[in-house]
Amino acid sequence: MAATDIDALYQEIILDHYKNPQHAGLREPYEAEVHHVNPTCGDEVTLRVHLEDGKVSDVSYDAVGCSISQASASVLTELVIGKPVDEAMAIHDTFLQLMQGKGQVEPDEDVLEDGIAFAGVARFPARVKCALLSWMAWKDATAQSLEATNG
Amino acid sequence: MAAARLPGLLPELEVIRKDFPILERTLAGDLPLVYLDSANTSQKPQVVIDTMVDHLERHNANIARAMHQLGAESTEAFEAARDKVAAFIGAPSRDEVVFTKNASEALNLVANTLAWARGPLEVGEGDEVVITEMEHHSNIVPWQLLTERKGARLRWFGLTDEGRLDLSNIDELVNERTKVVALTWVSNMLGTVNPVAEVARRAHEVGAVVVVDASQAVPQLPVDVVASGADFLAFTGHKVVGPTGIGVLWGRREHLDALPPFLGGGEMIETVAMERSTYAGIPHKFEAGTPPIVEAVGLGAAVDYLAHIGMDAVHAHEQAITAYALEGLATVPGLTVLGPLDATERGGAIAFELDGVHPHDVAQVLDSRGVAVRAGHHCAKPAHARFGVQSSTRMSSYLYTTPDEIDALVEALEYTRSYFKLDS
Repeated sequence: MAATDIDALYQEIILDHYKNPQHAGLREPYEAEVHHVNPTCGDEVTLRVHLEDGKVSDVSYDAVGCSISQASASVLTELVIGKPVDEAMAIHDTFLQLMQGKGQVEPDEDVLEDGIAFAGVARFPARVKCALLSWMAWKDATAQSLEATNG
Repeated sequence: MAAARLPGLLPELEVIRKDFPILERTLAGDLPLVYLDSANTSQKPQVVIDTMVDHLERHNANIARAMHQLGAESTEAFEAARDKVAAFIGAPSRDEVVFTKNASEALNLVANTLAWARGPLEVGEGDEVVITEMEHHSNIVPWQLLTERKGARLRWFGLTDEGRLDLSNIDELVNERTKVVALTWVSNMLGTVNPVAEVARRAHEVGAVVVVDASQAVPQLPVDVVASGADFLAFTGHKVVGPTGIGVLWGRREHLDALPPFLGGGEMIETVAMERSTYAGIPHKFEAGTPPIVEAVGLGAAVDYLAHIGMDAVHAHEQAITAYALEGLATVPGLTVLGPLDATERGGAIAFELDGVHPHDVAQVLDSRGVAVRAGHHCAKPAHARFGVQSSTRMSSYLYTTPDEIDALVEALEYTRSYFKLDS
C-alpha cells in the first residue's frame, strides 16, 4: 500500500478517537460484562452493558489494542449509548455490513456518523477484525443483558 | 551508506540476493520490498524452487511403495533429502531424522509418545516437566496437554530483566522428579540464545530427557545435535529457506527406538493383521501415510544451499546485521528493544515497542513504505506478559538482509512517529 492508501485507513476521525477515547473505563451499574480477545493479534476488550427502559443506558470498556480497535470502541459507545436496543442493534448490523463489504459498501453517514471513517478499514482484510472486536463484544454483552433483565 | 561494508557481512551479499527472486519484486506504489520477517518465514532461493518444480515435472510418484521407475526416483530423492538434513545437523545416523509437517508436529510427536511410553521414558503422575517462560506456544501447549493428561506437574524457568533464562534455581527446578526439560535454543521474540548444553548437563544428571526447539537456531547457527546436548531437537523447513509443510524431528536412536508410534497408518508398519500390527523401524515408525515428498526434496535443496554458503558465515552475517540494527533502533526516540542488547548473545529477531503507537499500527505504516515486519504476540504470550507488554513489533533478518534495509526500517520508523504526530 502506498502512503495515500494508509491515509484511507487512518482517517483523522480514527486518530482523534484513538487519542481521546470516548466513554472509556469500566462503570457501574451493568447487567453483563464480557471479555473478548482477538487470538491472532492479542487485542483484548472488557466491556459492560447497562440497559434501562429498553434503551442502551451505558456501555463502558477497558480495551488494549491498536488504533483501529481502540477508536472503534470509542465510536461504538458514541453511537449506541442512549439509543433504544433495537435501533442500536440495527446500527451494529449496518457497521458489520460496512466492515464485511470489502470496501464496496457505501457508508450511511446518517446511521454511522463518525463510524463512516471505518469505510477504509474494510479494504484492509487483516484489520477488519480489529474494528469489529468491541462491536462483537457489545452484541454479546447486550444479548446477555437482555436475558438477565427479561429472565 | 557508511555501513555498506560491515565486518562479518557475507562477502557475496549481492550475489546471494540474486538467488532469491522475490527480493526483486516491488510493492504497491512501486516501492522495493524490504523483507524483515524471516523469523516468521524465510524467502526461498531459486535452487529450492527449481528443485521442487523439477521433482513435480519429472519425478513425481509416491515413495517406498511404487514399483516403477518414477517411484524409485521419487523414493531416492526423498531419502536423499533425509541424508542432507542429517549431514546438516550432524546427526550420527540418517535414521534419527524423522520428517514431520512442521516443528509443532515434531514437538507434539515427542510429547504424545512420552505420554504413551512404558518404561523409563514414560511421564506419569507426580513426574515433572520443565519448560521456560520464553517458549513459543508450540513448546508450551503440548507440555500442558501432557502434564494435564498424566497428572504430572509443569514447571518453568523464569526470565531475568535482560531477557535471559534465570538459571539461579536450576538445581531445585530440575530434580529427580524431572522427566523432561524442553527449551528453545533461540527465542523467537527476545532473540536470546540459551545455554542449551549447560541446561542439558543438569537435566542428564537427574536422568531427564532434553527436548530442544531449534526453529530459530537451525536457520542461524551452525548446529551439531550431539554437541548441543539435546535428546530430541525440532525445527521447521520454511525458516531455513525451504518450503512450508515439512518439519524435522531429530532424536537419539535409543530414545526413538523406545518410544511407541505417533500416528498409525501406511508406511509406519512392518506387518498388519486384523488383531494387531508390528511397526517399522525408525524413522518410518513415525512417518505414517504419504509424507510431504516434494517438500522434503525442497528442504534437502535448502540445507544444501545453506551448507554451501556455510553456517559460520551465515551466523557472522546475522550478528553483523543484528548489531547494526540494534544501533539503528537505538536512535529512534521512544523505542525500547525487548531482550538482550548485545548482538553476540542473540539471534536475528528483534522485538521492540514504540511509545505511543500500537505494534499493528507500526507494522501497517511500515508496510506502506515497503517494510515487512511482524506485529503481535509472536506466539509467545507468556514472554510478553513477563515484560508487561501485550504485543510488540518484530524485525527479523536473514542471510539476504542488507544494512541498507536496516536503514530503510529506521527511516520508516521515524516516518511512523511523524505519521502518528509524536514529537521527539
